[in-house]
Amino acid sequence: MDELATRRRFLSRLSIGLSVLAGAVMSVPIVAYLLSPLIHPVRNVWRDVGWVDDFKVGDTAQVAFQEPSPLPWAGQTAKTAMWLRRTGETGFTAFAVTCTHLGCPVSWQAQARLFLCPCHGGVYYADGRVAAGPPPRPLPQYDVRIQGGRVEIMTQPLAVVRKEAG
Amino acid sequence: MRLLRQAYRWHDRLGISSTILPIVEHPVPRTNWWYVFGSATLVAFVVQVITGVALAFSYVPAPNSAADSLQFITHEAVLGSVVRGIHYWGASAMVVLIAIHMARTFLMGSYKFPRELNWLSGALLFILTLGMAFSGQLLRWDQDAYWAVVVAAAQAARVPLIGEVFAQILVAGQTVGGATLTRFYATHVFLFPALMFMLIGVHLYLVIRHGISEPPQPGDPVDRASYRQRYADLLRREGIPFWPDAAWKDVVFALAVGSIVLLLSIVPGPPELGKPADPTIVPADPRPDWYFLWYFALLALLPASVEDWFIVGFPLLMGLFLLALPFLAPSGERSAERRPWATAIVGLSGLAVVVLVWEGHMAPWSPALDVGPLPETVTGHLTGDTATGAQLFDAKGCHACHAIAGGGGRRGPDLTEVGSRLSRDQLVSRTLNGGRNMPAYGAALQPDETNALVAFLEQLR
Repeated sequence: MDELATRRRFLSRLSIGLSVLAGAVMSVPIVAYLLSPLIHPVRNVWRDVGWVDDFKVGDTAQVAFQEPSPLPWAGQTAKTAMWLRRTGETGFTAFAVTCTHLGCPVSWQAQARLFLCPCHGGVYYADGRVAAGPPPRPLPQYDVRIQGGRVEIMTQPLAVVRKEAG
Repeated sequence: MRLLRQAYRWHDRLGISSTILPIVEHPVPRTNWWYVFGSATLVAFVVQVITGVALAFSYVPAPNSAADSLQFITHEAVLGSVVRGIHYWGASAMVVLIAIHMARTFLMGSYKFPRELNWLSGALLFILTLGMAFSGQLLRWDQDAYWAVVVAAAQAARVPLIGEVFAQILVAGQTVGGATLTRFYATHVFLFPALMFMLIGVHLYLVIRHGISEPPQPGDPVDRASYRQRYADLLRREGIPFWPDAAWKDVVFALAVGSIVLLLSIVPGPPELGKPADPTIVPADPRPDWYFLWYFALLALLPASVEDWFIVGFPLLMGLFLLALPFLAPSGERSAERRPWATAIVGLSGLAVVVLVWEGHMAPWSPALDVGPLPETVTGHLTGDTATGAQLFDAKGCHACHAIAGGGGRRGPDLTEVGSRLSRDQLVSRTLNGGRNMPAYGAALQPDETNALVAFLEQLR
């Protein structure tokens, strides 16, 4: 009788153990596959956004550029917008359009010289400093450089998913 | 008829008369109309599954096609607009029904011994229902949906330590793009429904196992030692078969809700399809569907100093409260008449949600960018500097935050009579330097523009 009990205990542990093992083995590829965007982050690249002289000194304009490696079915979401401000002959500042409060898209009001957020009323000055409302930080910026008379910006992850944003 | 009876006898190989019948005819206490919301939620879920499967026959979960497939469903497929309408209004119905069912269960103390697990499985179903509501509105993949993902990621990113990873898992990478929509699609149509089917199975099993809670009587507390025996005695004394004596109320109510959903899905029908998601069209005015407007409003009204804590803490505390409730008060009084705190919690939460949904709808904290020019009654008699000032008031966006004579934004103070409140110097100083929640306009105004604007404001009395 004792032998039977031991045998049963062994068989039930064996069955449960094998099932758990099978589940664990199966979940490795599944979890890795689901996390692949984190395991293989995209490499950010410089993107051309136009001639230097396309932009007037003192003006802020919206420009769009292609994400570093969009999926073929990304459609319009393959692109991202940003606000590009020409501060001098060779000086440019590029702002993310995402409000630092919760990420809604800020719009440039040329006459008022302010960025306004439509969601919770965040306001920023032309240089990205917070002017009013709930945003905790200035507008995040992109790196800008000039190459052969063309303005280029360095792509970056969506500002709101980065800790160091702003 | 004879054929039917024969078929039934043959079918009894399924064990209908020995297994299923006793379950559907099991005795239940005499209940009232407050007990119909759980079954109605289940019916709403089934309707969502059926219409959801139907929609999936045509919907293409890719950013380059989602909008076109939705146009097809809404405007070309036969009765597609009604199917989309049922799915949309059914979602609203399900959110309302599960919320009322939950409030009812809480108010009547039905979560107490021995039904703690009924509550826990129900609480998880409530959270999943909200998850379905959120992921569902994203599948419309319009501007609102795109920015809702960004806003959700921004909130996820505020979680300490794992926030960044959490946000990236949510959007499937570093930016919202092709992988994001398929992620929410798979979650909405496979992952969450599978979990819900499982939990609904557990929930229903538990309802049968522990029986429907009897309507509570004040002064008749739940006592663990004696409850089961007293419940069994009650059923023997005055129990009625669930089917059809009690179930007819469920059927009538579910039919009523279903009819309302069907009517709404025809008139007004599903919501108009917005502009397809396009991150390069920045002027957008994203709003969540109504069931999240209250949260949208809360995030606008909170003081900035507590925001980080709130964004992480509030959902966590709500979840913890729901899961801890049956352990915090597993026995004792069930009647709402003897539980003032429970009544207050439900009453105040309900009131808060209604008020906040309204506030979120009005969004007085947002500058009214679409506001028109000042009315003739304000500007008609103006000349020279004051007329220029009035034009500047429109052009520089002042009107977007300040109302004059009834029109304009409500973000800042109404300026209809500001000339009698503030002196010229005060007006100049506020305009140039800003104030509490007003931007400084020093850099945006030339000296003569400032003079004109202030002259206009001064004569507003």
